[in-house]
Amino acid sequence: MSEAINWTDNLDQTPLDELDPSRQDIFQTPGWESVFARLRAEAPVQYCKDSIEGPYWSVTSYEAVKHVDTTPEIYSSEGSIVLGDQEEDFPLPMFIAMDPPKHDHQRKVVSPVVAPMNLKKLEGTIRQRAAGILDSLPVGETFNWVDKVSIELTTQMLATLFDFPFEDRRKLTRWSDVATTDENSGLVESEEARRAELLECLEYFQRLWKEREGRTEGNDLITMLANSESTKNMSPEEYLGNLILLIVGGNDTTRNSISGGVLALNQFPDQYDKLRADPSLIPGMVPEIIRWQTPLAYMRRTALKDTELFGQNISKGDKLAMWYVSGNRDESVFPEADKLIIDRKNARQHLSFGFGIHRCMGNRLGEMQLRVLWEEIMQRFRHVEVVGDAERVPSSFVKGYSNLPVVVHPL
Amino acid sequence: MPKITYITHDGAEHSVDAAVGVSVMSAALDNGVPGIDADCGGECSCATCHVMVTEDWWAKTGGPNDSEEAMLDLNPEREPTSRLSCQIEVTDALDGLIVRVPEFQF
Repeated sequence: MSEAINWTDNLDQTPLDELDPSRQDIFQTPGWESVFARLRAEAPVQYCKDSIEGPYWSVTSYEAVKHVDTTPEIYSSEGSIVLGDQEEDFPLPMFIAMDPPKHDHQRKVVSPVVAPMNLKKLEGTIRQRAAGILDSLPVGETFNWVDKVSIELTTQMLATLFDFPFEDRRKLTRWSDVATTDENSGLVESEEARRAELLECLEYFQRLWKEREGRTEGNDLITMLANSESTKNMSPEEYLGNLILLIVGGNDTTRNSISGGVLALNQFPDQYDKLRADPSLIPGMVPEIIRWQTPLAYMRRTALKDTELFGQNISKGDKLAMWYVSGNRDESVFPEADKLIIDRKNARQHLSFGFGIHRCMGNRLGEMQLRVLWEEIMQRFRHVEVVGDAERVPSSFVKGYSNLPVVVHPL
Repeated sequence: MPKITYITHDGAEHSVDAAVGVSVMSAALDNGVPGIDADCGGECSCATCHVMVTEDWWAKTGGPNDSEEAMLDLNPEREPTSRLSCQIEVTDALDGLIVRVPEFQF
């Protein structure tokens, strides 16, 4: 048996400062929940003395995560929101990894595209696309739900928001995957190959930018970035950085919540029964799926000064991982937290979108996609049945799936 | 107890009796007023309890505090009298307060 499968076996004996949830295989390991359960119980702010990215603090209780997230004047996003630092020779500045005031200026340029008023206009399009995807699914045979539904729906939506050539839309999926991977994942051959693909992404979008520069109409994201005072003079690195942010933000997250919802309803069949009996529960089920899945497991902050956090002494420059995935399983806030409960009263209080000034900008779009998709699923299928093991993505940041074998059973 | 009235997007008026000291957000949630999510539970960190204070009451509620301003500033659907209702404390001076609830929270 390889170490990768066994490393949680002796969890109780592992010294706290050696517990490292940032391992790439964390979510591929059965029992990953117990790593965070122990940290929450014994040390909700815990120093990990070594990891592939060096030492860092794990913040794991709901209360502590929320505190760090809403204290940006001490816990900075500048530079990087993952434990790995920006590569100095290949920087990708993006507003999620900036502090005010620059963060605010850049975010404000693109946020109107996903604001509720604009989304209202998009609901019909989303419904049509969701229906088209579901109607084309093979009945009575096993297929990968991730590929045929989760990726397809989110990618179509993203292509719409960018007004991106529709036939090329799977490039967006690929760039999203490449952006959040590294050379150890098997997705790319080397770091050079990874960068080459990202530069290809930049070139493609630079062409779209040039075509749309000077346009006075159009509320797609590229036209907005190319023509707004705060962003029209962006460097190529900054343009690529913000594109990656929007692509990953609009792709990985909703994709994995779509897959996670199917998996969770199969793991908790009493909840699937509850849903069948009353599909009007869907709007409330959506935040519960997002809590249970937590498609981005953590965000990193960097301490700007020496400070104390829940009894621990944090030094200036220390890295902290705010484990949203752990806060979302905190039993003091969410009883029976490991279980999906589709009518959970306080599901909306989940941490998956973050809190404070960096709160997910596309939260309402993600929720709408999930709601509309489930409404359309329930009108067609009595069961989306998971018929094999889910394959998980090798990442401690993206908590997601590459394969979810299912069979759909029509009504 | 002070009376607070919420006018929702469809024009419906919801009047509630609110205890002094609670927030305008809590008074809405406790009385089933629709249209306010309050995802963060009242800590000025999600902006999903957005309301617009009616002009007549703006002088009495006052404008947003600093942390509230930081959150409101990022909302493209903000209006001149926008506030986060978790940051407005119910007082006797606010008896009769009327706020509008937006169609969507962001």
